[in-house]
Amino acid sequence: MIVATDLVYLLAAVLFILGLRFLSSPRGARRGNWVAAAGMVLAVAWTVVLLRGRFTVGGIVVSAVAFCIGSVVGTLGARRVKMTAMPQMVAMFNGVGGGAAALVAVAELLRLHGARPAVATGFPSVFAIVVGGISFAGSAIAFAKLQELMTGTPVTYPGQQAVNAVVGLVILALAVGVLAVSGAPLLFILLLVVALIFGVAFVLPIGGADMPVVISLLNACTGLAVAASGFVVSNFALIVAGTLVGASGTLLTKLMSDAMGRSLANILFGAFGRPQEAVLTAAGDRTVRSGTVEDIATMLAYSRSVIIVPGYGLAVAQAQHVVRELADQLEARGVEVQYAIHPVAGRMPGHMNVLLAEANVPYEQLREMEQINGEFKHADVALVVGANDVVNPAARDQPGSPIYGMPILNVDEAQHIVFLKRSMRPGFAGIDNALLYDPKTVMLFGDAKESLTRLVAAVKAA
Amino acid sequence: MSANLIVLLTYFVLAAFVGFEVISKVPTILHTPLMSGSNAIHGIILVGALLIAAGARTPLGLALGFLAVLLASINVVGGFVVTDRMLEMFKGRGERRERQP
Repeated sequence: MIVATDLVYLLAAVLFILGLRFLSSPRGARRGNWVAAAGMVLAVAWTVVLLRGRFTVGGIVVSAVAFCIGSVVGTLGARRVKMTAMPQMVAMFNGVGGGAAALVAVAELLRLHGARPAVATGFPSVFAIVVGGISFAGSAIAFAKLQELMTGTPVTYPGQQAVNAVVGLVILALAVGVLAVSGAPLLFILLLVVALIFGVAFVLPIGGADMPVVISLLNACTGLAVAASGFVVSNFALIVAGTLVGASGTLLTKLMSDAMGRSLANILFGAFGRPQEAVLTAAGDRTVRSGTVEDIATMLAYSRSVIIVPGYGLAVAQAQHVVRELADQLEARGVEVQYAIHPVAGRMPGHMNVLLAEANVPYEQLREMEQINGEFKHADVALVVGANDVVNPAARDQPGSPIYGMPILNVDEAQHIVFLKRSMRPGFAGIDNALLYDPKTVMLFGDAKESLTRLVAAVKAA
Repeated sequence: MSANLIVLLTYFVLAAFVGFEVISKVPTILHTPLMSGSNAIHGIILVGALLIAAGARTPLGLALGFLAVLLASINVVGGFVVTDRMLEMFKGRGERRERQP
């Protein structure tokens, strides 16, 4: 039986690794998810078989009821969520996993009836409680910020760093207490409560725009908490799967912050101790050229090649279907259409791809920044829809700018630039974009979806 | 330190290396589904939650087991379903045309 269990868990682990591997290509990705899910079904089903002799009646009822409710809640949430709300959904699913990891450790410690745990189980228990608790509470705040249940701007107050440091020290003290002094339930339940407080305090000062990186980090944290729970209950499957997620999540977090041109430390602690300063420079006497729908439609219709740069504004306006319609119209006229996807377009890396894929845009047309940047100089028109910071040349040539160093799309090299924008308001980073005043730029103000719909009609007529 | 703990630590270290290796080849466009997919994989905590719930004999233990299984199954089921929904949309030109009425 023990050998069989090890073999089943080993097979599940192989399926998880293959699943992650298949996820690395758009064609194999969906299969990868299924492969990982198959590994999960295998591991869980075998665990139930394994436990059939040990289940108490209450245990069976409790497990079955909880599993049914959880499955229904999970499925409904996953099916109903709008694609634009995907990041907060991932945050929620991640948070509950962290919570479960913490509870498993709490339940194991409770079995000791107050005796001090041996280090081999005590240390991973404490780790799972602290990290799982932080992940749960932090994800809840990330969810609230992205769902706009609370302000998305960093929440800061004087002495915040000191307060957080004290909370951190309390966690450390309680952890040492559980490990070295006593396994009294009061101690580790208090530890969980303080970890939850720390999770909230940790995410509060981080802005909504940086939330994806935080969610990715918390995802890695949950993975590690799960691995720690695996040490607590001596379970191979938990250790391997949790560690896989912990390691890959850490790397993914780094890739994401790299794509934003910032260090992880700057994202996590950047808001501490500095008030949000406005970095707007006066518009001065620079003029903005605003075009009519007909002019722009004609320009697009008679181009050889058009590169569309979608941004979060497109997602907010739910304009991904209309933009595809426009692209289809242009293609029917023989115009070559491509989409330039900045790594952080949308709300998290790859988010824009998902949104465009939802609108049935074939992924062959979606070009990543490195592939497309050399092609802007050959493009007749760059059509920027609801994006701003990711095309701002200040990131390249103004060392004083907050976004200096962030990789950008070389939209300024295109022959003509069209901006579909709601207003002259700056983007997320709150900085002015000189490209808007460029002589080869034409602005079309208004809601992205409405402007695109009018453009589609005008291109048809052109 | 028991031999068993050493074995478990070995799994941990090797899995960490595999985790780093396996994702370093993933293109940016799949980062969101990947985050979501790996999020579903740590739903394996359901196995741990079932272990807890199975052996629970006190009301408190049962309550904890219930909560742990509930949270873990939301994680695992929701995680895989939402990832599949995202990936369902990644289609090539050929597949796309077929699906259109």
